Amino acid sequence: MLKQIEGSHAVAEAVALCRPEVISAYPITPQTHIVETLSELVREGKIGSCQFLNVESEFGAMSAAIGASAAGARSYTASSSQGLLFMAEAVYNASGLGLPIVMTVGNRAIGAPINIWNDHSDSMALANAGWIQIHAESNQEAVDLHIQAFRLAEELSVPVMVCVDGFILTHAYERVDIPSQEDVDAYLPPFQPVQMLDPADPVSIGAMVGPEAFMEVRYLAHHKQLQALDVIPRLADEFAQRFGRKSGGLIETYRTDGAKTIVVALGSIVGTIKDLVDELREQGESVGAIKIGAFRPFPLAELRSALSGADRVVVVEKDLALGLGGIVASNVRMALRGATTLVYTVIAGLGGRPITKASLERTVMQASKDALEDPHFLDLNWDIVDAELARAKEKRRSGPIAENILRDIGLMGRKTG
Amino acid sequence: MTQKKPFAITLDIGSSLANHTGSWRTERPVYVHRMPPCNNACPAGENIQGWLHDAEEGRYEDAWHTLTADNPLPAIHGRVCYHPCEDACNRGQLDTSVNIHAIERFLGDEALRQGWKISCAPQTGKRVLVVGSGPSGLSAAYHLRRLGHAVVIYEAGAEAGGMMRYGIPQYRMPRDILDAEIGRIAGLGVEFRLNSKVEDLEETMDAERCDAAFIAIGAHLAKRVDIPARDAGGILDAVSVLRGVEKGDAPSFIGRRVAVYGGGNTALDVARTAERLGAKEAMLIYRRTREQMPAHDFEVAEALEEGVQVHWLSTIAGVEGAKVKIEKMKLDENGWPQPTGEFETLEADTVILALGQMTDSDFLAQVDGVKISKDGVVEVDAGMMTGRPGIFAGGDMVPAERSVTVAVGHGKLAARNIDAYLRGTRFEHAPRPELATFDRLNTWYFTDADKTRQAQLDMARRLSSFKEIVQGLDEETALFESRRCLSCGNCFECDNCYGVCPDNAVKKLGPGQGYEFNYEFCKGCGLCAAECPCGAIAIVPEQI
Amino acid sequence: MTQRVKFYQTGTFTVGNRLLDAESRTVQATVERNNSLTSGHRACQGCGEALGARYAVDAAMRACNSQLLCVNATGCLEVFSTPYPESSWRVAWLHSLFGNAPAVASGVAAALRAKGRTETRVLAQGGDGGTVDIGMGCLSGMFERNDDVLYICYDNEAYMNTGVQRSGRTPPGARTSTTPAVGPHPGNVFGQGKHPAIIAMAHDIPYVATASVADLHDLEEKVTKAMSIGGARFIHVHVPCPLGWGSEPCNTMRLARLAVETGLFPLFEGEHGEVISTTPIRRRQPVEEYLKLQKRFRHVIGDPQALAAIQALADRNIRRFNLVRENAA
Repeated sequence: MLKQIEGSHAVAEAVALCRPEVISAYPITPQTHIVETLSELVREGKIGSCQFLNVESEFGAMSAAIGASAAGARSYTASSSQGLLFMAEAVYNASGLGLPIVMTVGNRAIGAPINIWNDHSDSMALANAGWIQIHAESNQEAVDLHIQAFRLAEELSVPVMVCVDGFILTHAYERVDIPSQEDVDAYLPPFQPVQMLDPADPVSIGAMVGPEAFMEVRYLAHHKQLQALDVIPRLADEFAQRFGRKSGGLIETYRTDGAKTIVVALGSIVGTIKDLVDELREQGESVGAIKIGAFRPFPLAELRSALSGADRVVVVEKDLALGLGGIVASNVRMALRGATTLVYTVIAGLGGRPITKASLERTVMQASKDALEDPHFLDLNWDIVDAELARAKEKRRSGPIAENILRDIGLMGRKTG
Repeated sequence: MTQKKPFAITLDIGSSLANHTGSWRTERPVYVHRMPPCNNACPAGENIQGWLHDAEEGRYEDAWHTLTADNPLPAIHGRVCYHPCEDACNRGQLDTSVNIHAIERFLGDEALRQGWKISCAPQTGKRVLVVGSGPSGLSAAYHLRRLGHAVVIYEAGAEAGGMMRYGIPQYRMPRDILDAEIGRIAGLGVEFRLNSKVEDLEETMDAERCDAAFIAIGAHLAKRVDIPARDAGGILDAVSVLRGVEKGDAPSFIGRRVAVYGGGNTALDVARTAERLGAKEAMLIYRRTREQMPAHDFEVAEALEEGVQVHWLSTIAGVEGAKVKIEKMKLDENGWPQPTGEFETLEADTVILALGQMTDSDFLAQVDGVKISKDGVVEVDAGMMTGRPGIFAGGDMVPAERSVTVAVGHGKLAARNIDAYLRGTRFEHAPRPELATFDRLNTWYFTDADKTRQAQLDMARRLSSFKEIVQGLDEETALFESRRCLSCGNCFECDNCYGVCPDNAVKKLGPGQGYEFNYEFCKGCGLCAAECPCGAIAIVPEQI
Repeated sequence: MTQRVKFYQTGTFTVGNRLLDAESRTVQATVERNNSLTSGHRACQGCGEALGARYAVDAAMRACNSQLLCVNATGCLEVFSTPYPESSWRVAWLHSLFGNAPAVASGVAAALRAKGRTETRVLAQGGDGGTVDIGMGCLSGMFERNDDVLYICYDNEAYMNTGVQRSGRTPPGARTSTTPAVGPHPGNVFGQGKHPAIIAMAHDIPYVATASVADLHDLEEKVTKAMSIGGARFIHVHVPCPLGWGSEPCNTMRLARLAVETGLFPLFEGEHGEVISTTPIRRRQPVEEYLKLQKRFRHVIGDPQALAAIQALADRNIRRFNLVRENAA
C-alpha cells in the first residue's frame, strides 16, 4: 500500500509486518520515532503478543534482545550514535552467540562534540563486530531491507544492522509502498532458532573458550559473513520476485558501463550521486556510480568486478578514520588490491554537513582529471582550520578544539555580522 | 528443536563429569566410627548411642532389643544404675547431659507393659551352673541362654534378685519391676533353684551335669568395727536392716532417732529406710566431707531433701544407751581425717553400721585353683575366670566397683568367655575405636534443649511409704530426651556432608545406608568433616 | 536461624534430618535433587559460591517443576562452570556479559511472555561485582519494570575471578588486591560500600531477601517463596571465598555462619519495599570470631579501633534489623 509517510514510521511498520516478538528500546535521536511508533503498535495489539521493553540503556536494550533471541523470540531494537557505542559490548556478544537480532541504526555522528546529525561514524565503529551491515538508500529500501534482514539473520543465525541515515531518511516524509502482511508472511517464515534456551532440551550457551578453540570460533563467524555474500543477493532476488521491486543486494551499479570514473557511496547520498551521474553523463562525462548495499560482509569480488573497467574510483563517505582517512575507501582498495585503478577518498557530510550536488560535481570532476588530493575533505572550511592551527602553533591552549572553534566562529560571526 | 549446536560456545549439559577434580586432592575425607563417651563409660557395655538412635525415631522396641543385647535388666537399670554414661555424656558440655537412665527406664517399662520378647540361639547341648541370682548371675544366665546354652541358677535365698532385692529399698526399686525382669529371664528357660545354697561346687556341677560354672554370690556380710558399747543390742548393721525390711522380719519400729555410721550409698539407703520405718530423725555420721563421700550426689541430695542430717568429719567413739559419743575429725594435708580429741554426744535410739560388706566365699576354698583374697574376694582374670578353668566369677565378689551395672557387665563378659570356653575358643573384644571427644563435634547444629526432668513423688508420700520416688518419662518426653543425643562419633544421617559438598562428591545411599565419598570428584576441601555434627568424618592425608 | 519445628535433635539446622517429615526436609537432602551445578566444575576447594548456586538453583528447579531458564553474569561462577569443552550446568543456561545478566533475563522473560509460556520461569545470577557494580544499571531497570525474573546475587565481597579486587560489597577493613593492607588506614576504606537488598527494596519490588549458605533451610524457603511470586525478585546470598578471604576451605560454612551470628550479614525479607521478617541471631558472636579466621582481616585483629568500627557495623545491623531477640532460639 502506498503511503506518504515519515521514514521512521515506514521502518516501524515494516518491522511490525515482520511479527517481532520482543522489542527493546532506549531513546536516542534520531531513532526515537521508530520505537515510538512500534510501542504504539504493540499497545494497540497490532503486533500479536509482541512485548515492548522500555529498558534503562542501549546496553540493556541489546542485552534484552540477546536474552529474548536466545529464548527463541524474534527480537528487534534500534539505536544510533552514542547509544550504539554504549551497547558495543553487547553488539559483539549478540553476534558471538549467533543470535539473529535485527537492529535499525539511525546513523548519526559520534561526540564529542555531541552532534545529533547524520554521518556513518557510529555503524562504521562497529563494522567489525560480526554483524551484517546493510545500508538503505531510500525509505522504500529501508522498509524492504528490514523485511530481508530478518530472513537473512535467521537463515544464517547472525545479527543484522539495517543502517538508515538519521534525519535524512528517518525524518523524511516520502511516498513508500508498505507491503501487505500476506506477502511478508510468505517471504519471512516463522523464526526457527538453531539453538535456544529450552527446559526440555537444556544446553549451556555462552561458554568460555580458550586459545585451543577461539580462532576456530572466530573463523566460523567470518565464514557466516562469507556465506552471506551468497545469501544476500538470493534474498534480494526472491524479494524482487514477490514484491516486484529491486531492493538490497550486495552492490548496485548505476551507469557504470564504460565509465572511467566511478563514484562509490553508501546510503542516502547515493540518490544525489545518481542525479549527478545523470547530469555528468548528459554532459558527456564518462562517470558512473556504485551503491554499496552490504558493508559487512564487504562484497570484494563483486566490487572488483564492477570497477574493473574504470580508471579511477571516487569514494564518497560520511566517516573518517582519524589518522588514516576513509574507511570505505580502504575497503574499496582492498577490493582493488593489485589493480592499477586510482582510488580517491572524499570525506563528506560529517555531523550533518550538507553534501551539495555542486560540491560533489566539482570534486568528481577534479578527480576525473586526477587533480584531487587524497583524501579530500568536502567543503571543509580551511580558514577556520588554518586559524586554529596557527593559533595552536603560537600558543598551546588547553581544552577542547571544538570550543576554540566555536569561539572563533563567534568572533568571526561578529566580525562579519 | 536444537538442530546443531554452535561450536564451542554451546556445550552439552553436565559434560563436566569428564573432568575428574579428585586429582586436586591432597587430603581425603573418610567416614569413621568413634567410641561414644556414654558407651565407653557403661560398665554393662551397653550400646547406649545405638539404642538412643532407635528411640529417636520412635522405634522403641528396636531400641529395647539393641539395649537388651547387652543388658537384660533395663527397667531395673533405668532406676538404680548410677549412670556413669551421663557423667561422660558430651551434651553435658553443651547444656546438660542426656537423661539416659530415664529413657532406659522408659524402654524397660514399655517392654514389660507390652510384653516384648527375647529370642535365644538354638540349643548347644552345653549346660552352665550359675551360683547366685543377683544382677551378675542373672546377666550371665541370660546371655548364656541367648547363646543357646542351658542354665541353672542356684540361689540360697527364697527369692531371686540378690542385692537388688535385699539391698536396694523399694522406693528406688519397685519389686514388681524386679520380679518382671527376672521373670522374663526365667521365661527364656533358665532354671532357678531357690533356697539352694551351694556347699560343694564340684558336686553340684556334677549333679547338674554342668560344663562350666559362674559364681556370683555377692557380698552380703556386713563389716563391723569395734565400738565400745555398753549395750551392743542397739547396734545394727545396714545389710541386715535392709534385708529384714524386704523379708518382712524387720522391727516395725526402729527408734525415733537413728544414727547411721558410714558414707556410702548403703548408709543413705538405710537412713532413708529408717525414716520410712517411722524414725523422726535419721542422721548420718561420716568421717569425712561431702566431697569425699562415696555415695552418689543425687542420692545425697535426695536424702537431704528428706531431712536426713549428716554429721560430717565425725567418728563414733562409743555408744552408751541412747547416747552416741562422737569425735570430731579434721582433714590433714593429704585429705585424710585425723582425730581432734574433741567430742560431743548425740541422742540416738539405734545405731546402724554401714561400713561395707564382705563375701562369704568359704565354700570355694576347697576348689582347686580358686584364689581368695581379703574380705572373701575371689581373684579372676580378664575373662572373669578364676584360677580354675571352667569356673568363672563376677559381681560384688570379685575385685571391682560394686554396683548393679558393674555386676551385669561382669555377667555379660563372663557369659561370652564361658561361651568361648565351651566352644574351645577364646573370646576377643572388638577393637575399641578412638573416643569421640567433645572437640570432634560441631555442636552448632544441635537444637538447644535442656534435660527433661523426671517428676518426683511429693515429699509427704515419699516419707510415709516405700513408693517409688522418681517417676518415669512418658512417650513424648522420652522421645524428646532421646533426641537430645549428639550421636558422638557416629553418623546419624543428618545429610550435612551430602549437602555441604560444593562438588557433589558425596553419594547418599538411602535410609540406614549412610553415605559414600566419590573420590573422582572430591577436591578434599574438608567442609564435610568440619560440618559433620557428630565427628563421624576424618580427614586423612592422601597417599601420593 | 530460628528453630521452626518442635524438638527434632538437629531440627532444621542440618541439611537433612531423618526425624523430620519429608516436606520439612531440604531439597539438598533428597537424592532426587537436580544437582543443577554438578561435579567436575573448576571452583576452588570449599567454594561457597558453587555451593550457594547449587542450593539456589536446585530449589528453584523444584519450585517450578524444572521449567527454568538461567542467565548468568560473567564471573567466577560462569568461568568455573563452563570452560569449553565442559559445562557443569544441568539446566538451560545462558551467559552473555558481565554487566547485563538482569537485562538478558528481562529479554528471556519477555520472550516467554510473548510466547505465552507462563509456566517457564527465569532465574538470573551473578557475583557481587556483576550485580552491585557493573550490573547495577541493568538490575535497577529489571527491578523497576518488575520483570518476571528472580535475580540471585552470590556475594563473596570482591572480584575474585580477576584476582580479588575491591567491589562495592567489599567490607570495610578488608584487604583486597586494590585495597592493600598498607599505610595508615590499611584495607578497604571505612564508610564505603552498598547494600543491594536495600537498594532492591527501594524499587518496591514484590520480594527481596538476604540469605546465607550457612542456613540452607532459610535459603531454600526464600528461593521457594520467591519462585511462587511473579515480577522482579531479588535474593542476596552470602558466599565465603577461601581464596579471596584467605580462609581455610573447610571454614566456608563456619564463616558464613559467623557472618550471620555476628550481625555483619543480617538475614531478612522484604516485600514491596518493606521489611517483613528478620532472622534472629541464634548465638551472638563478637566480630573478632569471624574476622580472625580470614587473612584479609589479619591487620584488623591487632587494631582495636578498626575492630571497634567493624563491631559497630554489626551492632548497627543488629539494632536496625532487631537481630537479637528474647526467646530467639
